[in-house]
Amino acid sequence: MNALTTNWVAVGLLTDIPRRGARCVKNGDMTIAIFRTSDDRVFALEDKCPHKQGPLSQGIVHDGCVTCPLHNWVISLETGLAQGADEGETPSFPVKLDGETVLLGL
Amino acid sequence: MSEKQKLVVIGNGMAPGRMLEHLFDIEVDAFDVTIFNAEPRVNYNRLMLSPVLSGEKAYADIITHDDDWYSQHGVTLHKSAKIVEIDRSAKTVTCEHGTTTRYDKLVIATGSNPFIIPVPGHELDGVLTYRDLDDVERMIEVAEDKGHAVVIGGGLLGLEAAAGLKAQGMGVTVLHLMPTLMERQLDTAAGYLLEKAFEDLGISVMTKANTKQILGHDGKVVGVELEDGTRIDACMVVMAVGIRPSTALAKEADFAVNRGIVVSDSMLTNDPDVFALGECVEHRGMCYGLVAPLYEMAQVIAKQLTGSADASYEGSVTATKLKVTGIDLYSAGDFAEADDREEIVLRDAAAGVYKRLVLKDDKIIGAVLYGDTADGPWFFDMLKKGADVSEMRDTLIFGQAYQGGEPLDPMAAVAALPDDAEICGCNGVCKGTIVSAIGEKGLTNLDNVRAHTKASASCGTCTGLVEQLLGLTLGDAYNPAAITPMCGCTDLGHSDVRRLIKAKGLKSIPEVMQELEWKTSCGCAKCRPALNYYLVCDWPDEYADDYQSRFINERVHANIQKDGTYSVVPRMWGGVTSSSELRAIADVVDKFDIPTVKVTGGQRIDMLGIKKEDLPDVWADLGKAGFVSGQAYAKGLRTVKTCVGTDWCRFGTQDSTGLGIKLEKFMWGSWTPAKLKMAVSGCPRNCAEATCKDIGVVCVDSGYEIHFAGAAGLDIKGTEILGSVTTEDEVMEHVVALAQMYREQGHYLERIYKWAKRIGYDEIRRQIMNDPDARKAYYERFVFSQQFAQVDPWNERVSGKDKHEFKPMATLSLEAAE
Repeated sequence: MNALTTNWVAVGLLTDIPRRGARCVKNGDMTIAIFRTSDDRVFALEDKCPHKQGPLSQGIVHDGCVTCPLHNWVISLETGLAQGADEGETPSFPVKLDGETVLLGL
Repeated sequence: MSEKQKLVVIGNGMAPGRMLEHLFDIEVDAFDVTIFNAEPRVNYNRLMLSPVLSGEKAYADIITHDDDWYSQHGVTLHKSAKIVEIDRSAKTVTCEHGTTTRYDKLVIATGSNPFIIPVPGHELDGVLTYRDLDDVERMIEVAEDKGHAVVIGGGLLGLEAAAGLKAQGMGVTVLHLMPTLMERQLDTAAGYLLEKAFEDLGISVMTKANTKQILGHDGKVVGVELEDGTRIDACMVVMAVGIRPSTALAKEADFAVNRGIVVSDSMLTNDPDVFALGECVEHRGMCYGLVAPLYEMAQVIAKQLTGSADASYEGSVTATKLKVTGIDLYSAGDFAEADDREEIVLRDAAAGVYKRLVLKDDKIIGAVLYGDTADGPWFFDMLKKGADVSEMRDTLIFGQAYQGGEPLDPMAAVAALPDDAEICGCNGVCKGTIVSAIGEKGLTNLDNVRAHTKASASCGTCTGLVEQLLGLTLGDAYNPAAITPMCGCTDLGHSDVRRLIKAKGLKSIPEVMQELEWKTSCGCAKCRPALNYYLVCDWPDEYADDYQSRFINERVHANIQKDGTYSVVPRMWGGVTSSSELRAIADVVDKFDIPTVKVTGGQRIDMLGIKKEDLPDVWADLGKAGFVSGQAYAKGLRTVKTCVGTDWCRFGTQDSTGLGIKLEKFMWGSWTPAKLKMAVSGCPRNCAEATCKDIGVVCVDSGYEIHFAGAAGLDIKGTEILGSVTTEDEVMEHVVALAQMYREQGHYLERIYKWAKRIGYDEIRRQIMNDPDARKAYYERFVFSQQFAQVDPWNERVSGKDKHEFKPMATLSLEAAE
């Protein structure tokens, strides 16, 4: 179902994002963080930690997770779920590559 | 019935906090909860006030529920809001500010008030009680001037207060009315041993001491006079003679009140919609002041509120532990002598051990342990269960390890405990709960166990038992004495990693991870910043700093704030500024609409609330006025605080300002394992507070005293003296060499005082003061690395470096978002 309604928007090139890093996409009031892992996979999460709304885009990216810069919660890039003993979830968005172009599904 | 029932709680101590936890565990959405707290704060662990007083912990460490917890659970918490009236017919409570709130169910948890002996002088400034954080803060404040304190009351609270004040550097006298200390919990023999132990700590104890009056001068305490005419000088008097249930509010609303608010076994007052909980309660004629019974009551109320009408509280037998470092004391039950009772006593004077068990009908009814309390929980467990001990009577006093033949090791003693044996008395956690949590949730260390079960999370005295359970359950996989690995990605500790980086010549993060067999593909947020620092430090000319392994503050050269904005602090060398610098800052503040400007503790100016996108422009303007980054975000050199020294001060002995500026200009830009704060004071009056810094210099007539390893944050510690030198050049060489030694040996995030303690102060003095070759080599390595480090990061970014950090990748138009 989702595939039918997903609107894929080009937001930039893969190389715009540093490896093990993130860049932000502003979408109205919402900020979406696009992550790039060391093996060039891309993920998109709302730029808000479920704990205290810390900007996840500013965190350290490691092994498919990002550590929030405010209080070190570890969030899965794939699911948006908090890892370890913490509980919480950040909304995630579909994202894919068309060649070098990053497409964000909204 | 869509509207939720309203639950109002008066009081926000440990008991109601625990009740709400149980309530939310049973049913998250049962009630709309409102709490009125007379204190201006959240729920914290009162058992831990003693470590806060002695300086071993800070307030932040003892918070049980932070503001977030209340909002997550939809609880409305009114702080500094004392309830002054309960209207039972209207079912409302009224707060001192005048607001009235309706309830369906009410829990009164007003706690207790410290009892103040009404002797003349009890209202003088400096007469304190010991109940809440305000008391502790006040005590720490008075203790700053050192001086002498008198503690009236030699019970649990009084003794903990006395030990804490002693740890704060005060002289302390304990006055106790009865012939021996803690007479309600201890027999006379143990009371005597305890008195000796306190005298050994340097605390004088006076028993049978009846206070006649507190002496004052100008409204302040100056001493205490006893009935027998003895006078003791003191600038502080702590009253710790006991507590009284706080019942005034309940009395006024016509609840049944004796000593406390009377409750039934279901914890209800004489009003079917009103419970009472905690220290304000009287149950079957008993009032309780220890946490374990209060937690049991809390659980009963939570069950009652959620419809388990048969949940009932049947009173508690309590056990006591004294939380004073170095003194082991445990008492439980009833130990008065009587005809139908027998006792078993073990004394070992040389080891300072005293144990006494009181038996009645072959059952333990009381236990006092002094010096060796390991068997306390075992005795207490048999006491509560009424176990028949006739079979093991001959060896009972030797403890659990001696039952059944051969002496066993302590691990076996824990192994032999039944699953329902209580390990953590404060939180009522039994062995079975801990063991199954370790197994099911894969817990591997103490912190995990605390997080998941709450065992050992209150007073902490059962920590040893919990660790033994971890050992027992995990076997060889648990080894607390082993080197703590850097993080979950490796088994190596920081020291090993640092050594191997040098020994194997590893020069990049992937190389380290490959050669040292990292268990993850690209590390984690703990090890990557550490490795990056070690490589920057060890190979300053060859290693390319990995920005993606730096914490955000060091990546964007500003300090991230709670709302995701940043703060910016330019360097003000030695804390000296000028009209043109101040004007430039004022212009930047106006231009970028910066909401807060604050003077920092390190003698410079902080601009807070700057949007990330604005940072390069802010820096550009600051740079034009000659400012560079103050590195207020760095694990690196922060500030060199100074006083005005011989430039202006009539007491100044040397040019402290000039020396501070020289040090800062020489050392700025260097990365260190953790932040490095310095100070130079122009005379021993020490206005720059150099004796609590990482490295401090105190100028004296004959030259310079170099200090190091102070702390004034989470821990408070005066500096150690490195040594004295006579010229500024020598100061530079010694300070820089010390900093380099720390840079090369410190573990990432390990402040200098922790490193110094680990390495040994004498070893550091030997290398820096007494070994000129070693000192010069350190100095030269620092100088070498500075040529790569002293690049102003703000200027680099104004010139375009890392542009991507400060701009969004894309801004979608509204159409595209639909």
